[in-house]
Parts: sequence; C-alpha cells; structure tokens
Amino acid sequence: MKKIAIVAYNQSDCVSWAGATNEVELIMPVLRRVFDQVGLNNAQDVDFVCSGSCDYLQGAAFAFVAGVDALGAVPPIKESHVEMDAAWALYESILKIRMGHADSALIYGFGKSSPGELPIVLSQQLDPYYLAPQWVDSISLAAMQARLMLDQGLITERDMADVVARSRGNAKTNPHAQLSGDVSVEELLAQETYVSPLRKSDCPPVSDGASAVIICTVEKAREWGVPYAIISGIDHRIESHNLAMRDLTDSVSTRKAAEAAGVGAGSIDVAELYAPFSHQEIILTRTLGLTDKTLVNPSGGVLAGNLMMASGLSRIGEVFNRIASGEAQRGVAHATSGPCLQHNLVTVLESA
Amino acid sequence: MPPPEVLSQAFELGFTYTRSTGPVVGRFLTELRDRKIVGIQGSDGRVIVPPMEYDPVTAEELSEFVEVGQQGEIVSFAWVKEPRDAHPFDQPFAWAMIKLDGADVAMIHCVSAAAESDITTGARVQAVWAEQTVGFITDIRCFELV
Repeated sequence: MKKIAIVAYNQSDCVSWAGATNEVELIMPVLRRVFDQVGLNNAQDVDFVCSGSCDYLQGAAFAFVAGVDALGAVPPIKESHVEMDAAWALYESILKIRMGHADSALIYGFGKSSPGELPIVLSQQLDPYYLAPQWVDSISLAAMQARLMLDQGLITERDMADVVARSRGNAKTNPHAQLSGDVSVEELLAQETYVSPLRKSDCPPVSDGASAVIICTVEKAREWGVPYAIISGIDHRIESHNLAMRDLTDSVSTRKAAEAAGVGAGSIDVAELYAPFSHQEIILTRTLGLTDKTLVNPSGGVLAGNLMMASGLSRIGEVFNRIASGEAQRGVAHATSGPCLQHNLVTVLESA
Repeated sequence: MPPPEVLSQAFELGFTYTRSTGPVVGRFLTELRDRKIVGIQGSDGRVIVPPMEYDPVTAEELSEFVEVGQQGEIVSFAWVKEPRDAHPFDQPFAWAMIKLDGADVAMIHCVSAAAESDITTGARVQAVWAEQTVGFITDIRCFELV
C-alpha cells in the first residue's frame, strides 16, 4: 500500500466572533499558508480537494458549496465535501490516494459558530423523533456524562479542573488559542457551576476559524522536498445514536479505532485529543492507555479554542507540526463528532 | 439624519411533505398520544425505551413491544440554571436520563424541580402529560419528583 505523508498544516486564530468576515475569507488565508509551505501556487497544483463543514452552522442547505470560492476552481478541479469534521475529509482523501486516483490532496475545514446558539444548533443533530424535538443541548448531554463518571467515582471535579488548568497553560505557547493563561485548580473549583456538574471552564469556547492540511504520497513529498510525517494508521468507529445504550464513561469506538490504527505498536510521544469537555479528555486518555510519557494536548486542545468542523483536522496538524519539527517521533491524533464522543477517528503519525 | 429605511420580509421555513415515522417509532408516538409509554425488547431481552427499530449491537430488527411504567429513577442529570429560549422551561430545570419501571435502558427527558438541591441521582420521578397529546415526544411535558 502507498505510504502517505502530511506535508503542510495551518490553522487560523480561534476567535469568539469573526464579525463580518465570511467563511471564504476565513478559509483563504489558511489555504495560502499551506500552499506556501509546500511551494504550490493554488488548488490546481494538488490532485484532489476535500473539505469538512456543517451547513447547520450557516443555517442554509448546501452552504458548504460557497466554500469552494476559496479555491479558485477554474479550470475544474476534483473536489469533495463531508458534512463532518475535516478530519474525515482527510480520511476520504487518504482513500482517494490509496485507490490510485490522486497523489496529493488539500483538506480544509471551517466553521463560523458565532452567529447561532451552538449548543442548540447541535441539538438538531440528535435523534429526530426522541431528542431533537426536545432541544437537548450539547452541554447538558456532556454534563450528564460527567455526572455518571463522578457518581461512579471514576473522576473528581479536581481531575476535571486539572485538565482545564493544563489546557490553558499549554495554550500559552499556541498563538491561535482563544483561552490561555495561568489558572490554578483552586481558582477553577471556586467558580460556580454552569450546567451542573460542569463549570463554564469545563466547556469549550465557541470559536470561528478554519484549518487546512496537505497530504501526498511519500514519493511526492520527496519530490516537493519538504519535511513530512508519515500517516502510519487511521481508523474511525461510531457508536449508537441512543445515548443510553452506550457506556458513556468509556469510549468503545475510540478503543476500536485505536486498535485498528495501530496505536499500540510503539511509544507515543505526543497526543492531540479532541475532547470538547474536560472529563472527556480523561475518558480518551484512559481509553488510549496514555501514560506520563505522552505529552497530551500541548496545543491546549479544544478547551483553548474549538473550531467546529476543523478542530479534528487541527489535531492531526498539531501532531504533524511536532513531528516535522523533530520534537516528537511518533504521535496520535484523535477527532470526534456527535454527542458525548459518539464517533471517533484515530490517526497515528510517525517521523519519516 | 433619519435612520435609513431597511427593507424586510417575514420568512417561514417550511417543508411541504409528511414523513412517516414507521412501525416502531410510530407505535411509540401513537401510544404517547394515548398516554402510555412503550418500549421494545432488544436482542438480549433488555427493554429499550423509547423503542429502537434495530438492535445497536446485533442489528436485528426489533418488534416485541412492552408497556412500561410512568415512574422511574434518575440515572444521571444536568442542572440547567439558565434555560435557553428553545428549552421547555423558563425556570431552572434538569435534563435527565430516566430509567422507567420495567425498562432496562434510560430515556432522556426534562425534569421539573424547584431547586438543584431537590434532585439527586436515584431520585424517583413521574411522567407529567401535556394537556393535549398529539403523538410527539413532548406529549410527556416533563417528569416531576415523586
């Protein structure tokens, strides 16, 4: 099977409100930067383009088509889209390359969440008969998950605050982070609850922005003469849409995806986990069997800035950055979708 | 300077089609209209409420309906201090996972309670019906602490 590499990654700043800046204007700068990293002119210089976004964020059917304006798709290009986080657009692109239909691909994800009420918008992705008509918001579902863990003694509120404090601290070195700084566990625990048992700090901020990645065959990466990291494994699994039929204190689908992606085949220097809520980082760390030897979310993760439909792709990009810079030899990136970690994608990256 | 005239027009998003809810979801919703709650037996015999069309583990088509109680136990809950406009209450309330008597799998619905301190995991609750039931999940207006 063809070896596939990541050669470029860029993400915009996570901002709480992009104002009048539209989606195309959010996407274009990150595309320019990934093209420049490789020395490409534009989307004509890759064989395939795939994007990830959510029409519900824009409130219009086929809103994603407008994103293509960022590409300059004339003369025609081969282009596709997933109504998912762009990590899954990367998955589709890998399949395209493995099938021999392309040697290189540009992947981008974008989300402008600020115009709507995100937790309520997300309620409409739930079961259309039993849950969506109740408008059960994403934060409340995560709060019930956290309480199950607290009640069973699997975590404490202090464990959750630890995750937040580390996220904010790590994010100090991430220029694109929305929330960063030194905050103590005591300060966090002193805050009142928001949707109990969650505090506001346990929840991700609402962010606007975009990210992009370029992947290609190893041969192509060598031809381009740029640093690269090899994608040695990728897999995704999904659990039932019935939340009560799942063990919400565990992530069965992440475990299966990790096994299939070969996470256990070597040591893990760095892991970037898409854990929108603090307790979910603990679930994922345990599921993936990560120890103190692994640097978890050195970017601050999505508690420091959560670009809907792009943050999963960014996790892969963040691990790539650390391998390309020589800080890490092998890393794991995780992306999630759906309520309470319903659908999970695991990618293993290794140095060339 | 007078404010500029802004052109505006009301817009209502509508879909001109009817969707059938099918033999499983439809049965559940029709029973709600009659103020009854039914679940369905999964492949392992567990009673799932609301009923699912297919078993999530075996993918078997499910068809054995079971009427369950209108009281149950809170398995987990989220206390909403500041209800959102779309939420079913203007006052603080809880979303909860509720395991009804006779059911093995919890259902998610809202619970009315005066204060967060009134509600705990394991608390007993009772379904409260809407004044008019029409065959929607919201025919159960909420659950109340027993």
